[in-house]
Amino acid sequence: MKLDEVKIGGMGASRRRVEDNRFIRGKGNYVDDVVLPGMLHMEILRSPLAHARIKSIDTSAAWDMPGVRLVLTGEMLAARNLAWMPTLSYDTQAVLATDKVRFQGQEVCAVIADDPYIAKDACGKIVVEYEVLPPIVNPVQAAAADAVQIRDDKAGQVGNKVFDWEIGDKSRTDKAFEDADVVSKIELHYPRTHPSPMETCGSIADYDRATGKLTVYMTSQAPHIVRAAVAMVAELPEQNIRIITPDIGGGFGNKVPIYPGYVIAILGSILTEKPVKWIEDKTGNLTSTGFGRDVYLKGEMAMRKDGKILGVRMNTISDHGAFFADAQPSKFKIGLMHSAFAAYDIPTAHMFATGYYTNKAPGGVAYRCSFRVTEAMFFQERMVQAAADDLGMDQAEFRRINFVKDEQHPHRTAFGFLTDSGQYEKCLDIGLEAIGYKNFAAEKAEAAKRGRLLGIGISTMTEPLGAGNSREYDILGIKMFDSAELRIHMSGKALLRTGSRGQGTGHETTWAQIVAHELGIPADDILVEEGDTDTAPFGMGTYASRSTPVAGAAIAMVARKVRAKARKLAAHLLEVSEEDIEWELGRFYVRGNQERGVTIQDCAMAAYSNMPDGMEPGLENVAYYDPPNLTWPFACYIAKIEIDPETGVWDVLQFVAVDDCGVRINPMIVEGQIMGGLTEAYAMANMQYQTYDEEGNIIGGNYMDFLLPTAWETPGFELYEVVTPCPHHPIGAKGVGECATVGGPAAFVNAVMDALKDKGVRNIDMPLMPNRVYEALTTGKDVYGMPPVRSGN
Amino acid sequence: MYPSRFKYESPKTLEEAIKLLDAGKGEAKVLAGGQSLVPMLKLRFAFPDQIVDINNIPGLDYIRFDADGSLHIGALVRHEHLEKSVEISKRQPTIAAAAPLVADPIVRTRGTFVGSVCHADPQGDWAATMIALNGHLVVQGPKGKRNIAMKDFVLGPYATTLNYNEIAIEAVIPAPKGVARGGYLKLERRVGDFATASVAVALDMNGDTVLGAGFALAGVGGKTIDANDAASALVGQKLTEATIAKAAALVAAKAEPRTDHRGSAEYKRHIVETFVKRILTANSTQKVA
Ligand SMILES: Cc1cc2nc3c(=O)[nH]c(=O)nc-3n(C[C@H](O)[C@H](O)[C@H](O)COP(=O)(O)OP(=O)(O)OC[C@H]3O[C@@H](n4cnc5c(N)ncnc54)[C@H](O)[C@@H]3O)c2cc1C
Repeated sequence: MKLDEVKIGGMGASRRRVEDNRFIRGKGNYVDDVVLPGMLHMEILRSPLAHARIKSIDTSAAWDMPGVRLVLTGEMLAARNLAWMPTLSYDTQAVLATDKVRFQGQEVCAVIADDPYIAKDACGKIVVEYEVLPPIVNPVQAAAADAVQIRDDKAGQVGNKVFDWEIGDKSRTDKAFEDADVVSKIELHYPRTHPSPMETCGSIADYDRATGKLTVYMTSQAPHIVRAAVAMVAELPEQNIRIITPDIGGGFGNKVPIYPGYVIAILGSILTEKPVKWIEDKTGNLTSTGFGRDVYLKGEMAMRKDGKILGVRMNTISDHGAFFADAQPSKFKIGLMHSAFAAYDIPTAHMFATGYYTNKAPGGVAYRCSFRVTEAMFFQERMVQAAADDLGMDQAEFRRINFVKDEQHPHRTAFGFLTDSGQYEKCLDIGLEAIGYKNFAAEKAEAAKRGRLLGIGISTMTEPLGAGNSREYDILGIKMFDSAELRIHMSGKALLRTGSRGQGTGHETTWAQIVAHELGIPADDILVEEGDTDTAPFGMGTYASRSTPVAGAAIAMVARKVRAKARKLAAHLLEVSEEDIEWELGRFYVRGNQERGVTIQDCAMAAYSNMPDGMEPGLENVAYYDPPNLTWPFACYIAKIEIDPETGVWDVLQFVAVDDCGVRINPMIVEGQIMGGLTEAYAMANMQYQTYDEEGNIIGGNYMDFLLPTAWETPGFELYEVVTPCPHHPIGAKGVGECATVGGPAAFVNAVMDALKDKGVRNIDMPLMPNRVYEALTTGKDVYGMPPVRSGN
Repeated sequence: MYPSRFKYESPKTLEEAIKLLDAGKGEAKVLAGGQSLVPMLKLRFAFPDQIVDINNIPGLDYIRFDADGSLHIGALVRHEHLEKSVEISKRQPTIAAAAPLVADPIVRTRGTFVGSVCHADPQGDWAATMIALNGHLVVQGPKGKRNIAMKDFVLGPYATTLNYNEIAIEAVIPAPKGVARGGYLKLERRVGDFATASVAVALDMNGDTVLGAGFALAGVGGKTIDANDAASALVGQKLTEATIAKAAALVAAKAEPRTDHRGSAEYKRHIVETFVKRILTANSTQKVA
């Protein structure tokens, strides 16, 4: 009898998440749940100032407290050549400050004590004398000719500039603008935000002097990269370093970099010869670990009267904080910002990017996005709406005529990417139909009678997910491939390990489904393990929606390798030659005689008990997958909103999401990813940001000011799907984890701007808080930049 | 969370609790719902030597309308009890309207009405309702009980006229002469956020005629704003477009907002005015355009 793929939990099964069994029972095992014998606790003293020279540090009162084991300063680290560490962007970052503090929240001292209360009390006893320096809180200040140099530690550093970077064809683009009938411009700020995972960062370092082995339990999205980096920084032999990532309570890009706390805990363990636990508090997480965005975007679009786009210019100025610690492929200084406009057939484009140091927290991590793709797509879709408005053209129609057509794929974008596939118009049509686009004018008029302003906003985009290929993508020189190792036990059950790391994203569930699809082994019979560098094969980890595109492909490939060997075993068992063997899900049979067959489980048993002469026993393999291209999912998000003009408060009346992420392995998990992403998109559009006042004090360093939306205000989302299988992925899947965070914000903002179109307002920068909408509405002027911060009393 | 070290006691009687507070000489703190005190401990903004947990003292969790129509809210009445009380929804519209807007559903299961008033956060919602409703607190100390009128209670942000050895045991809201009407509106950035601006309106009505009116504001000043003077625009009159506009303007003039990341001072004042109008209009039996 033929196996039912959905029944065995294969491809397309909305199988319940196996990990939830322990999560919902409170039986997850997060890093803070790990308790080792004799473990000590570490607390970090952080800088209260944004920019100041350290005149002196007096730690004597802290040392005097009972229960304090070690007080570390930058100077003590410097003596061991550990005061600075490399970042993922070829810069250096202070582990503990030696010369200056460069942002509020920077690590200044660390106390290791018998319990966390003592460690915290002792931090309060450390006296640091500072000489205040002028803080620089935005790129304009950073670029000023007389600006204080933040990175005076770096030889050869000029001013506060991090980089200038350029891509595209300048002269051809200039020409396109000369030939244009209409040129449309827009200027935006994508505010600084923070991934803010529910679980903060933390680690337990356990150095065993007798064996020379260093074991670190850590909340890392990329444990293998950490091992490599620790080997470099700590100069320990790599075989003696073991990184174990237990359950992760959300990552969103925040847990890709290596933070000072990890390094200090490792040194602490080496010095005390005890395990040292460091768990960051929420404020520590929000004020010192990788933020997202903080980019000023400016650009223009050249068009013909009939709406055809001829060219695009983009200019970005990014604020990187005190250290250039973006986690991104090394070739691209501003991530994949140049993925902008990939969905549109545009002949030429040019982008110029500049990055600056400021006295703000370092980072610029890919917060739920494939390296600055969020900013790229936000700019793209805001630009597209502004252009449609300037042309006086319907916003949907303008998109339609400029879309890359289905048959044009693979399509070389103006910035040089190669798309793979898509059905953009189909997605748009489904979205327009669902939102009732045709009736919108009538609806808007009806609402106007009630004194309400209605707006509809569209965001359509394709984005590159699943770095690399190895030709173009590496981090610190390590190529961005991924891996899977599959071991079939003699009973036909299996163990699968990959180089990726789930973080509440359902890997334990979906990975088994890929194996079930390839081998016909029920998903419930497959154990998935990740995150232990001593056991899992090397991989670049999970971020930038790369797990399914890369590790997921490796899983399919390793399963196929295993199947190839199983086929030989089947031939042996069926006493026919291998060429006469056919495969159907879970079973080999003799060509022409479907009745005569053996199951994959039979083959597994034979691999251990009845292999043919000369065959290696066992049934297992490993695959490393270097993707030929990124995967290109498409999304069409449409928001319909209503503004109360007396208060500026806006509500989402309807939100439609049409996602084409190729073949869906587990549709339920895909939908969960989209809903979560849209919630984050709504947050950024509506309420969420981090900023700094003129003294460099962070606003948004706690959850009173850094707002996460709750189920209460988050709108409902209607989801639709289109499936265009990825032509180069073994199972046709594309990345999806980030589409909604990336494409979502522009839908909300475009909707509000659509509602304000006749008021002469063209832009309000995020977040579109009621007061900002009200201001635009009553003044008829755009609202730029960050909300003003505290002033006066 | 790692607060600094404190002693913890959970007395079974008010007398014992007061004794502990008295012995603490200002270094002891009452713990009611803990929804303000515990965050302060966590951030080490508060570092008392002694916590006096009053949650195990019986008989403090009543919501009672006396025969004279006055409303009594015991010290351990949680926000959620007020939100779900049928009596409140029928007889005290200002409190009924505010209850679902205080904090978020989780905080509301623990936080107390009286604790919120004692905390004297300028953005606190309950203090505003108390002022608009002309309420008072009954407090008990070593020398017995006394009443403190709400208008005399708050000195400034987080500062009240409560002595360190006193416990507020109940909040009292006087009976209306006619029928209690009113409402509460709050502008917040999301659920669980403190007010950018909020408005408490209490009306005492005889048919269409206003017998008495109270107004108070949260979030738009260094402390809860008493705007009860604005009653002059309404008392003895009906709620018409003109009287409503006049009252709203008077209330808005009382606001002392400052420009910050939640909006400009003018915006907040405008919100106050808009909200007063909306509440009064909703309570007006006449059609107001
Ligand atoms: C996430 C969050 C959101 C919130 N949002 C809002 C909001 O939108 N609006 C709002 O108004 N509040 C809000 N709050 C505060 C909440 O309403 C608190 O419950 C309230 O402020 C304090 O009440 P409590 O019972 O928790 O007091 P506690 O935290 O226990 O105590 C607060 C203070 O009052 C003192 N105190 C308490 N009870 C007494 C008493 N009977 N006698 C003498 N002193 C006493 C304590 O010693 C302490 O100093 C929020 C709180 C949180 C955590």
